[in-house]
Amino acid sequence: MSNVQIMTGNQAAALGAKLCNVEVVAAYPITPQSQLSEILSQYVESGELKAEYVRVEGEHSALTVCISASTVGARVFTATSANGLLYMHEQLHWAAGSRLPIVMCCVNRGVGAPWTIFNDQQDSLAQRDTGWMQIYCRNNQEILDTVIQAYRIAEAVYCPVMVCYDGFVLSHTMMPVDIPDAADVKAFLPPYKPHTILSPDDPRNLNPVLFPGQRRDSEGVLRDGYMEMRYKLQAALDKAPETIRSANTAFAEAFGRNHGGMLWEYHANDADLIIVGMGSLASEATAAADILRAEGIKAGVVGIRVYRPFPKEDVRDVFRNAKAVVIFEKSISYGYEGGLCSDLKAAFYGTNIKAPIHGYIAGLGGRDVKARELVAAAKDSLASFDRGMVEPKTTWLSTFTG
Amino acid sequence: MPENLFKLNAKEYILPGTRACQGCGLSLGYRYALKALRENTIVTLPACCLCVLHGIYPTTPVMVPCLNNSFASTAASASGIVAGLQALNKTDTTVMAIAGDGGTFDMGIQALSGAAERGTDFIYVCYDNEGYMNTGTQRSSATPMGALTSTTPILTKQQHKKDFIKIMEAHDIPYLATTSPSYPIDLYEKFVKAKKIKGTRYIHMYVPCPPGWGYAPKDTIKTGKLAVETGLVVLFEVENGKFRFTGRSKTLAERGNRLPVINYLEKQGRFKKMNIEQLHQLQVWVDTKWQEYLKRAEG
Ligand SMILES: Cc1ncc(C[n+]2csc(CCOP(=O)(O)OP(=O)(O)O)c2C)c(N)n1
Ligand code: SF4
Repeated sequence: MSNVQIMTGNQAAALGAKLCNVEVVAAYPITPQSQLSEILSQYVESGELKAEYVRVEGEHSALTVCISASTVGARVFTATSANGLLYMHEQLHWAAGSRLPIVMCCVNRGVGAPWTIFNDQQDSLAQRDTGWMQIYCRNNQEILDTVIQAYRIAEAVYCPVMVCYDGFVLSHTMMPVDIPDAADVKAFLPPYKPHTILSPDDPRNLNPVLFPGQRRDSEGVLRDGYMEMRYKLQAALDKAPETIRSANTAFAEAFGRNHGGMLWEYHANDADLIIVGMGSLASEATAAADILRAEGIKAGVVGIRVYRPFPKEDVRDVFRNAKAVVIFEKSISYGYEGGLCSDLKAAFYGTNIKAPIHGYIAGLGGRDVKARELVAAAKDSLASFDRGMVEPKTTWLSTFTG
Repeated sequence: MPENLFKLNAKEYILPGTRACQGCGLSLGYRYALKALRENTIVTLPACCLCVLHGIYPTTPVMVPCLNNSFASTAASASGIVAGLQALNKTDTTVMAIAGDGGTFDMGIQALSGAAERGTDFIYVCYDNEGYMNTGTQRSSATPMGALTSTTPILTKQQHKKDFIKIMEAHDIPYLATTSPSYPIDLYEKFVKAKKIKGTRYIHMYVPCPPGWGYAPKDTIKTGKLAVETGLVVLFEVENGKFRFTGRSKTLAERGNRLPVINYLEKQGRFKKMNIEQLHQLQVWVDTKWQEYLKRAEG
């Protein structure tokens, strides 16, 4: 029996955390995340959620509280946006290096300076190399469902997961969301069983100084050096796609909703032109694909759901017949191009995928992106491909560039 | 009250031969603190000399569960441990956060102030060696006026030490105390007392540091004692707002036989460039603080 309610993305995320019975919440308000931390305080103060809520004095501390509470064995949750996420940067590395299954929502917002409170994805993209898994959501249902999946993934891989969704576009927009039954969620996500905890029963010195090379312990056993530890983090993320795909499949079986695992496709199978994006922008691209199809251009969309670990195998599969690729990104690696664009090209290296690729930077700082702009841009790209350009220069969508 | 060292908890929680320097005041103070807190304790600490004392993976000389953290996050880490234990109904464990003066006066102040304001149930220890020793004796806001450090290498530090204890008192915490490993029984008792109190407890531990301060390792106890004898370090506790001198500072207050600061300064290399004006200023600073303490002791 379904229980559909109309709610914002922030409400969906809070409900997701509640359904996962998180035990410690630590958060600091920032637009557009604030409502999420407020709802969680409501849950905790009313007794609906039996958890410790630490009202920290900043985001660096928010994540530190999560790291430390997770170290003693609690299931933890936090959320932030933009400069809050940047303020956590040191602790993002610390969390992943500690191999803790922390789940955090990043309500995507552009970063200062200059200030903007509106949406883009520069905040989370700038955290790409911290060792966190990143999952991008396209609607409020997916936010709720992804928070639940995120704990299952994090607790299997022993790496933290960032559930990213677009500020205002999703965080403050009401949509119908089917709320899963608490008992079903519990069956899908059993209580957290940590494999090592900080405890007086078994004293350990966690996260100490490591030398670069391996060293012997007091029993003469050779133990990891810094590089071995780092390699293990990479190896865990390399293997994580299997876990992510199977969590998605298990979720689809239990709840009847399939969000696509590592990525999702929209008419990509027979498409000549594939539009690529993440989050709500990719969702908008499906409307653009419909318009293009109506005009006789065989367009499809691939939404990158999981950006780290990067879905290398999955993209090689879905793009194998693509004749042209257009990428829209709400972030940029300054001095080069959009990060997704670089990653996608790298994934195609050495394969038979030789489709021309055009990268667009779009929607920074909340600049509206309409389906018809995507359509016009895609047609421009096709025209330049026809003129023989294999890799046109990055284009700033609907931007006055002088 | 244990009348001599043999009456303290005989169990050792740090094995000899740590990576701390010879004559390290911190090693001594930490040893007594752990003895006082006993088994059911979790320690959290940032980057600092103590982190080095704790050893290089995969060996450690310390037999308490401990979590290493980034530099700014000590008190927030304690908050997380406390919250996690609370959520899991393990509420009988003592959580001790311990950081150097740099990790407390400077970068750790925000997290500590936040944790104290929230009334987090933990003991925070600042071990104060008056500089960033782990990174090579740079100036911190705890460095006293006139001291040479590697970032005040020619002109010496121009400002007085930050009165951090006042800042902690302003948080109206239930227990605050100052200690010195040169007076181990006083130190031990304060940790025993702190363990029994609920809420945020702050303990300041002045720890002489031979390489950072420029004196011979054998003189650590003597140096710590001179700091107290001259009134540069004052031993006291504040319990629920009530101030009380303890140990040697109590007798000094009663007898009025404080030594001039020069007796302490002249034995340390770090003060060799101090000029007469600075010496005078430091003496006035110490005298003024001492008068404030005397007034408080009178009630
Ligand atoms: C964010 C950050 N900045 C700088 C450092 C480098 N650092 C490590 S320990 C330290 C100084 C520690 O000084 P203090 O807290 O007084 O402890 P001590 O070394 O004297 O024991 C510094 C600056 C760091 N680890 N992290
Ligand atoms: S530098 Fe000073 S505080 Fe650090 S270990 Fe050496 S003696 Fe101890």
